[in-house]
Amino acid sequence: MPDTVLSGWGRTAPSRADVVAVRSTDDVVAALTSAGQRGVLARGLGRSYGDAAQNAGGTVLDLSSLGTIDVGSDGVVRAGAGAVLADVIDALEPHGLFVPVSPGTSRVTLGGAVAADVHGKNHHRDGSFGDHVVELEVITPDGAVQRIGPSSSGEDLAHFRATVGGMGLTGVVTEVVLRAMPVPSQAVLVDTCQLGSLDAVMERMSSTDDGYRYSVAWIDATAPGAALGRGVVTQGDHAPAGPSGGVAAPPRIALPIAPPVGLVNRWTVRAFNEAWFRKAPASRDAELQTVRQFFHPLDGVGAWNRAYGPRGLVQHQCAVPDSESAVIARLLEHFRDSGAPSFLSVLKRFGPGNDCPLSFPRAGWTLAVDLPGATPGLARILDRADELVLEAGGRTYLAKDARVSPEALRAMYPRLDEWLEVRERVDPRRVLVSDLSRRLSL
Amino acid sequence: MIDAHGRPQSVLVLGGGSEIGLAALRVFGPTTLRRIVLAGRPGASLDSAVQSLTSQGFSGVVAADLDVADVPTHEAFVDAAFDAGDIDVVLLVAGVLGDQAEFEADPDAAVAAAQVNYVGSMSLALHVARRLTQQAHGVIVVVSSVAGERARRSNFVYGSTKAAIDSVGLGLVEVLRGTGARALVVRPGFVRTRMTSHLPEAPLAVDPDEVGRAIVDGIAGGKELVYAPPLMRPVMSVLRHLPRPVFRRLGI
Repeated sequence: MPDTVLSGWGRTAPSRADVVAVRSTDDVVAALTSAGQRGVLARGLGRSYGDAAQNAGGTVLDLSSLGTIDVGSDGVVRAGAGAVLADVIDALEPHGLFVPVSPGTSRVTLGGAVAADVHGKNHHRDGSFGDHVVELEVITPDGAVQRIGPSSSGEDLAHFRATVGGMGLTGVVTEVVLRAMPVPSQAVLVDTCQLGSLDAVMERMSSTDDGYRYSVAWIDATAPGAALGRGVVTQGDHAPAGPSGGVAAPPRIALPIAPPVGLVNRWTVRAFNEAWFRKAPASRDAELQTVRQFFHPLDGVGAWNRAYGPRGLVQHQCAVPDSESAVIARLLEHFRDSGAPSFLSVLKRFGPGNDCPLSFPRAGWTLAVDLPGATPGLARILDRADELVLEAGGRTYLAKDARVSPEALRAMYPRLDEWLEVRERVDPRRVLVSDLSRRLSL
Repeated sequence: MIDAHGRPQSVLVLGGGSEIGLAALRVFGPTTLRRIVLAGRPGASLDSAVQSLTSQGFSGVVAADLDVADVPTHEAFVDAAFDAGDIDVVLLVAGVLGDQAEFEADPDAAVAAAQVNYVGSMSLALHVARRLTQQAHGVIVVVSSVAGERARRSNFVYGSTKAAIDSVGLGLVEVLRGTGARALVVRPGFVRTRMTSHLPEAPLAVDPDEVGRAIVDGIAGGKELVYAPPLMRPVMSVLRHLPRPVFRRLGI
C-alpha cells in the first residue's frame, strides 16, 4: 500500500506517506536503518485523532502482521505490537482475564496503546496502560533490538518511561508484554445515575468513585443555563461468574462515505444531548452490560467520524488538578457560549499519574469534548480553552491533538526536557518522525 | 505543519510586497506562524512588508530576493526555500497590472507583463509543486483574477496572462491530488490596492482583507477554487455565457 494519504480519526490534516507492511522485526530494523530523509513512523489503526500517526513524505510502517497473542499461565500476555485490543480481549476471556486498561474503543493496537499511554474508565484505580506493561521490545533507529521495562535501570528505564506516552518517537515497539487482570467475568454490573447539574455529577464521582473499578460521566455540554454539565454517571465492576459478556460481533452499521456536509451541527447536537439525557434512568442499579456496551459503545457504528463531513472533528481533551476543578465549569460555559457544540462530552476523575514524562493522565479531572471542525472560529475557541487549561496547571492529550503549539506543549508537560534527552540519545538524527513531531519541533 | 484548523506554521509568499499576500498573513494571524518568507524584488515595498508584519507581532519574517521574470533562477530559489524547512503554504501573488493602451502601443511591454504574470509565475508554480509533492503536505495558492475568465476590450492583455496562470493553477489542483499536498485557485474581482488605485472602482470591488479571508478559508475548507467576493462566481458565470454582441454593449 505505498503512497497513501493518511489522516487521524478526526480527518483534519491529511498527508501522504509510503506505507510499508512489515512481517518481522528484521523488516523493522531494515526500514529504520535504510530510512530516507523524511524518516519512519509506526502506525497502528489510526485512532489517534490528530497528526500523531502520519509522516508526510516519509515511511509509515504497518505492523498489523505482528499480531500474535500468547497468553501465559501466569496471566502475562505476550503480543505483537500490531495486535488489536479487541482480539486481546477475546484471547483473554477463556483464561478468566481482561485487559487491565481499555480505552473508549477496542480498535487500537497494543503499540498504539503504549505510544499514547491510553487510559480507561478505571484510571482512578488502576492507572494507565503503561502501568501494566512488564516489558517492551523496542527497535531503535540504529537497528538495535532492546528489551526494556519498568524493572530496567538507568538509561533503559528512562527509555522505557519515554516510550510509554512517547508517541512512537523513541523507537518502534514490536512486542508488548502485559500483565492481564483476573476477572470473575467479562460482563460488567453497572450503576447508572442521572444528575441535573455539573456540581452534582462531580460530587457523585468524588464521593463514590472509590467504590467502583470503573466510572465515567457523560455530560450535556449544550444544556442552557444552570443545567449545563448535567449528566449521566455510570459506574461499575465486573459481574460475578455466570452470564458472559464478550466482545460482540463486528460493526453492524457504518457510514460508507463522508457526506458532503457534516451531519453534526448545533441543532443535531442539542437534540441528541437532550434526548440522551432524558433517555437515561434517574437511577438504576446493577444492570448487566457486555464489554462492548460498557467499554466500546461507539465501536458498534463503523467510521462514525465521517458524520462530521469534510471538515472532520476536533476532539479536545484536557486534564486539570483536583484543586482547579472549577475550570471544568468554565470550559463548558466557554464552549457553549462561543457556539461550539460538543456532540459527546465525557468527564472522568483521574487517579495519580505515572513516571512517564509525556504520559497524559494526572490526578484530578479530565474532560473530553468532540467538536465539528467546521465550527466557525473553532481555532480561537480552542486557543482560549487551552489558556484556561494552562492557567489551571493542566494539559491536553497528544493522542487527540493536531493544534497545540510547541510553547504550549512545553508549559503543559514540564518534564518535556527529560523526554527530549532520551529522544536525543536514541534518535539523534531524527529518523523517527511524525507530522506531530514536526509540528511540535520534537 | 498545517494544524487541525488549517493554520500553517510556515508560509512562502511569491510576490512578497503584495497587499493580498500580506492580508492573508494577517488573517492567519501570528499564533501558529513561525517562518514567513517574503520573496520579491528588493526595495522599499518588500522592506516595509517585513516591518509591518514584525510590528504586528509576527516572528520569523524574512525577505528573500526573487525576480519572478528571471526564470533560470527559480529552481535554485525554490529548492533553497524548501531545503531550509518544510513550507506549509505557498502564496503565488506576484503580478503586474500594466496599462492596456501602453501594451497595444508597445507589445514588448505586454510580453514583459506576461513574463511576470504567466511565464515566471508558471515556472515558480511548477517548481513549488515538485517540492510539495516530495514533502507530501502543504498548499499552493494561485491567485488569478476574474479578468481571466472573459477577455475584455479594456484589459485583455492582463486578462490573458491571468487566464493562463489560472489554467496552471487548476492543472496543479489535479497534479497534486493524492499527493498529500494540494492547490487552491483564488479568483478575486476588482481589489482596492496600490496597483488599482488609479482606476475607477468596478462593481463588487473588495479590499485585500476580503481576498485574504477567502484564501485562508479556502485552505481550511480544503477548497480547490474560490472567488472573492463569492458573488463573483454566479456573476462571472453569466458574463462568460453572454453572446459577444451583448457583452460588447455592456461597455466593460
